[in-house]
Amino acid sequence: MAPAASELTDLTIAGARAALAKGEMSARELTEAQIAAVEAARPLNAFITETPEKALMMAEASDARRRAGEVRPLEGIPLAIKDLFCTEGVPTTAGSHILDGFTPPYESSVTAKLWESGAVMLGKTNLDEFAMGSSNMTSYFGAVESPWRRPGDDRPLVPGGSSGGSAAAVAARCAPGAIGTDTGGSIRQPAAFCGIVGMKPTYGRCSRWGVVAFASSLDQPGPLTRTVRDAAILLGAMAGHDPKDSTSVDTPVPDYEAALGGDARGLKIGIPREYRLDGTPPEIEALWRQGIEWLKHAGAEIRDISLPHTSYALPAYYIIAPAEASSNLARYDGVRYGLRVPGADLTEMYENTRGQGFGAEVKRRVLIGTYVLSAGYYDAYYNKARRVRSLILRDFTDAFEEVDAILTPTAPSEAFAVGEKMDDPIAMYLNDVFTVPASLAGLPGISVPAGLSASGLPLGLQLIGRAFDEETVLKVAGVLEEAAGFDAKPQFVAGGR
Amino acid sequence: MADTNGGLIQGKTGPWEMVIGLEVHAQVIGESKLFSGAATAFGAAPNSQVSLVDAAMPGMLPVLNGHSVAQAVKTGLALNAKINLTSVFERKNYFYPDLPQGYQISQYLQPIVGEGTIELDLPDGSTKEVGIERLHMEQDAGKSLHDQHPTMTYIDLNRSGITLMEIVSKPDMGSAEEAAAYIAKLRSILRYLGTCDGNMEEGSLRCDVNLSMRRPGAALGTRTETKNVNSIRFVKLAIEYEARRQVQVLEDGGKVVQETRLFDADKGVTRAMRSKEEAHDYRYFPDPDLLPLVLDPDWVEDIRRGLPELPDARKARLVDDFALSPYDAGVLVAERETADFYEAVAKGRDAKLAANWLTGEVFGALNRSGMALAEAPVDAKKLGGLIDLIADGTISGRIAKEVFEAMWESGKPAAAIVADQGLEQISDTGAIEAIVAQVIADSPGQAEQFKSGNEKILGWFVGQVMKASQGKANPGLVNRILRDKLS
Repeated sequence: MAPAASELTDLTIAGARAALAKGEMSARELTEAQIAAVEAARPLNAFITETPEKALMMAEASDARRRAGEVRPLEGIPLAIKDLFCTEGVPTTAGSHILDGFTPPYESSVTAKLWESGAVMLGKTNLDEFAMGSSNMTSYFGAVESPWRRPGDDRPLVPGGSSGGSAAAVAARCAPGAIGTDTGGSIRQPAAFCGIVGMKPTYGRCSRWGVVAFASSLDQPGPLTRTVRDAAILLGAMAGHDPKDSTSVDTPVPDYEAALGGDARGLKIGIPREYRLDGTPPEIEALWRQGIEWLKHAGAEIRDISLPHTSYALPAYYIIAPAEASSNLARYDGVRYGLRVPGADLTEMYENTRGQGFGAEVKRRVLIGTYVLSAGYYDAYYNKARRVRSLILRDFTDAFEEVDAILTPTAPSEAFAVGEKMDDPIAMYLNDVFTVPASLAGLPGISVPAGLSASGLPLGLQLIGRAFDEETVLKVAGVLEEAAGFDAKPQFVAGGR
Repeated sequence: MADTNGGLIQGKTGPWEMVIGLEVHAQVIGESKLFSGAATAFGAAPNSQVSLVDAAMPGMLPVLNGHSVAQAVKTGLALNAKINLTSVFERKNYFYPDLPQGYQISQYLQPIVGEGTIELDLPDGSTKEVGIERLHMEQDAGKSLHDQHPTMTYIDLNRSGITLMEIVSKPDMGSAEEAAAYIAKLRSILRYLGTCDGNMEEGSLRCDVNLSMRRPGAALGTRTETKNVNSIRFVKLAIEYEARRQVQVLEDGGKVVQETRLFDADKGVTRAMRSKEEAHDYRYFPDPDLLPLVLDPDWVEDIRRGLPELPDARKARLVDDFALSPYDAGVLVAERETADFYEAVAKGRDAKLAANWLTGEVFGALNRSGMALAEAPVDAKKLGGLIDLIADGTISGRIAKEVFEAMWESGKPAAAIVADQGLEQISDTGAIEAIVAQVIADSPGQAEQFKSGNEKILGWFVGQVMKASQGKANPGLVNRILRDKLS
């Protein structure tokens, strides 16, 4: 007898892979259950575009391949795709009005690899506009609600951002896995807020070709899943050199799943003292200490380390990322695609199009970026930020002489309510304080759900590793995951319980 | 208005000196664009050679074309310039509809080629060395078509992303002639290298003129930059106009405004485009989509070893091998095809005669017919055949010109035309003596004049004899025999 729909949507990628292999269900059955879950979860607004017909077609093709004895690594696994990845024939919005009506005639390299691996596309998930935000509230298509609520408190919460739709979709069981992009924490922070696993690989590990650019030197695609193993599986299918992305690195992709298992004996874990910030809630400090204990118990050697330039990371990030964004977003000018709002002359057309096409946060960052690159301010801001960036990288390089991975909290708070912090961009930017340093250094980082706050919301711990050593990061994450035994489910689970 | 004279301008208040620097944008010859695989042919249907990258579609990324890099290095080496083993692509940010990315990928602080030199061949046969400041690679923009619709501008992105080399000279030129010689020489070098076709009409070579005026020997004045000067003739016109304009401003007590000006080829004037105050802030910063370009020194050396013989070396060789004047040699080497043609003709023949025939008759016929040398009906072998007939006395120089015309018309070899039309020179003394005797007998009065000392009448006799021989009599023999018989 076929399993119930809620059992199907509760499957992890590894679980679904096994069930499909055993013939306990077909890819079509799994996909149908996930499509129903996507529909049921519409109140969360996690998806901008649902692609059920495409999903069923892909699922049937997958079943046919399986019948023919051809089974690929992600055969029949339904996935949700952040709507920053260009998908051929499927509208791609970047969460912005300015891409109105834009349907790419091409497929991003990462999604193309997923489909080649047999995966099934459920739809395109909501995000902060152009991935600029930590709450998913800047989307032109409306805020995403977290599937989590504080028990006894009906106020909707943010899922984090910018990959908020992807995180909410995975947490709410709309999909066993999703892909997102991380520029300063856009995968790790929403994963922490939604109680799931989110990984930012090393910069250059996954191709950026076909991903709508926010900040080119920082953007990196990565997986959001409910388990570390699933993150390893998904990353394996996404990673690899792409000659179309000059910053993608030509280095072999290891078998990430094979890195999992065992304890932490022989591993040295660094605890950076600069990550103890005033104002961090005591329960996050406590969870961090708990994480240290778990790893120690698993045989790891714990070392206090120093990353002396940490406090400069956030300001440097909020110079470099907007600088690149101000230039990357210049192409949205109403001339060739997307929104065009006519004007009396060319300048007015530009002003109308960009004025109406971009939301407030995007405009803020374009303004900041334009300012820090302008003549007379370039050295004081942009150049200084670049120097800070190289110092931050050196901090990490020095630290990794001593340790194999670094443990920190993922975010300085639990999820906040929809609408909160919107009038205070600085408070919003502070969400990225723990995730931004690894982004600036291009290093792999993962957020693992490690416990619940006093008000019953998930909290994450972050592991940071050496460049291209996702294996160690995943291995230690697996140890943390097992020790934490996080099994809480959000209040909203698509398809019910 | 002041007069220009060899670079110095005589104003009302005394002489002024021009200081000229040129920025040349040269389109690189290559199958594909600087950062995309799209084709680069000139004249294709609008927007038929546009990749997703060229159109700046969301998520598209540039990938550097190695061939473009090799072309830039080749050009740098030919300009005796320093090749920078590390260079950086930066973004030059500005909005324009034919600039799809909203920025041009260019090189700014770290160009691929640094300082070099170029030697100009001046009309008086002298040479002058001009410094090269730098050469960098950048993307070309698309084209805005303003004449396709009454209210709209159309955009053709075929050119968008094609590799340009921007070659910047030092402000070492002091006259319009020197500027013209600079472009001619640069163009010649680029064409020898095969890195740019130098076609100014099609826009593959474009020139901006930086010009300022000063009292001779004084400190540099404020310069203007004149854009859109797209032929050597226009460069001269723009310089002469702009120099006079600046002198007038200065002599009227005004100040030259540092600004960008546009050359209006129809009116022959320059016009202010935008002043320094309105100038764009391009907000250059390193393109985060591209890594620094690092060259392997061995690879650069390979390119250096593979360089062809360049115009200066070839000119020196022609002077040595064929005893040509530097000026003639300079004219012949300007185009590689001309020099090849010349060497094929001159080898084993009278080099000066070969030069005269090529620059006189062949160039004249090409000009009249509007043909290129490669299409000429008289190729090097045929011209050599004609010169051989002159050298061995088969035909006279005068007849040779008729034979050349016939060769140009028919494409036949000289010997065939001479044989068919019986144009062989009469060098038979007896036959010429008979004609001379007849002419003297028919003109006793003129013969008398010669005898009484009018030497000039000899020319008239030569003409009569040539006429009687239908031009075929050997002129040397005619002269000698006439003198004998008349005295």
